[in-house]
Amino acid sequence: MATRPEHSAPPEIFYGETEAVKYTASTRVTSIQAEMTERALEIMNLPGPSFLLDIGCGSGLSGEILDENEHIWVGLDISSAMLDVALERESEGDLFLQDIGQGMAFRPGSFDGAVSISVIQWLCNADATTHEPRARLKRFFTTLYMALRRGARAVFQFYPEGPHQIDLITTAAHRAGFTGGVVVDYPNSSKARKYYLCLFAGSENVPLPAARTDPLADGMDVDGAPAAVGAGQVRHVERGRQRVLKGKGRAKGLTTAKTRRERILHKKALSRLRGKEGIPLDSKRTGKKRKDRF
Amino acid sequence: MRYFSLSATRVNTERLLTHNMLQCHVKNCRPNESFPLTIKDPELERTEAEFNPDFMRGLVPKLDWTALRKTAGALGLGDLPAEMPEATDEFLQMLHALVLETRVVSGSMVCDVCHHVFPITNGIPNMLLQADEV
Repeated sequence: MATRPEHSAPPEIFYGETEAVKYTASTRVTSIQAEMTERALEIMNLPGPSFLLDIGCGSGLSGEILDENEHIWVGLDISSAMLDVALERESEGDLFLQDIGQGMAFRPGSFDGAVSISVIQWLCNADATTHEPRARLKRFFTTLYMALRRGARAVFQFYPEGPHQIDLITTAAHRAGFTGGVVVDYPNSSKARKYYLCLFAGSENVPLPAARTDPLADGMDVDGAPAAVGAGQVRHVERGRQRVLKGKGRAKGLTTAKTRRERILHKKALSRLRGKEGIPLDSKRTGKKRKDRF
Repeated sequence: MRYFSLSATRVNTERLLTHNMLQCHVKNCRPNESFPLTIKDPELERTEAEFNPDFMRGLVPKLDWTALRKTAGALGLGDLPAEMPEATDEFLQMLHALVLETRVVSGSMVCDVCHHVFPITNGIPNMLLQADEV
């Protein structure tokens, strides 16, 4: 399996000067990025020129497409080397050096939409001792939800490492108040397959856009066997805003667990539900005390 | 309107529109009180942008007029009326020049409540926070 960039270094280090220039000069990267931005805009279905947020804009490859569609955009990125390349390329948007895991600083209702191409999987990694992916995702999605106009859409193309990352990201988004889910384009082609997280701010029951299924029909060059045509895989997750009681609110009487074993089982089940890893398996000895001889 | 430099050399720098949307995000700061961030030692620039009346009309309700007036006054870009005028074409043109064509190239943005300084270098504001400010 190819190595994933987020495993090698934090984004601001990985996309240093050399990598930033290399990335932007690669025609392959440029065309894929452009294609994914076009698709994200299609999913967003904007009525006309809008004020957009480009999360993780990098060297402005996606911004160029936004410019072509006459949108006014603001780009955020954590890599200053990438932003320097963006400056040289002279696209129109404003650029900000920002760590999206620290939250964004925009007034409520500022933006008509948000796009993000190949970025949010980076948030699932902890690159510093103070980083807690879950907390960073929460802060990111809550501040994004605020910054968006009600009825706005946010579309994130991302490369999940596995189903647990999709769960981690969608759960965080739903907790922040977003509705929507993941649309998988070309689910049957391992090369062309793309994940788009489509989020709706403040609008209930919006149907997810249909996934694209046949890469060849869309004029893509896919090596290997032609992809079978099947129904697009759409995961629609209901608004999952659960009330999780914290601190004082979590009164003792609220769980039905009475014995020590029940309490432990309940806690473990809750942790699994929240997607935590490394929870020990349940057995007949769970919650059982050892004899005090040693 | 008066500008410190009128060369359209660089784009990608911070527009006044974005400044009008920006507030302090330091932990425990009171963003409502500190808004708008004060621009210190500004170097301004004017770049051409295409005027789009529909976009501007959509933008009008999103702007915080009081903050825009304060910023424009502080930057020496002229006195705006206390109340936002009717959205006539003439006003939209003026607004377009002010919020979309005026860019801050260098300087810094300072929060009046927590005194955090967001430096602007090469037109890119640095919004990174220390771990204890998140």
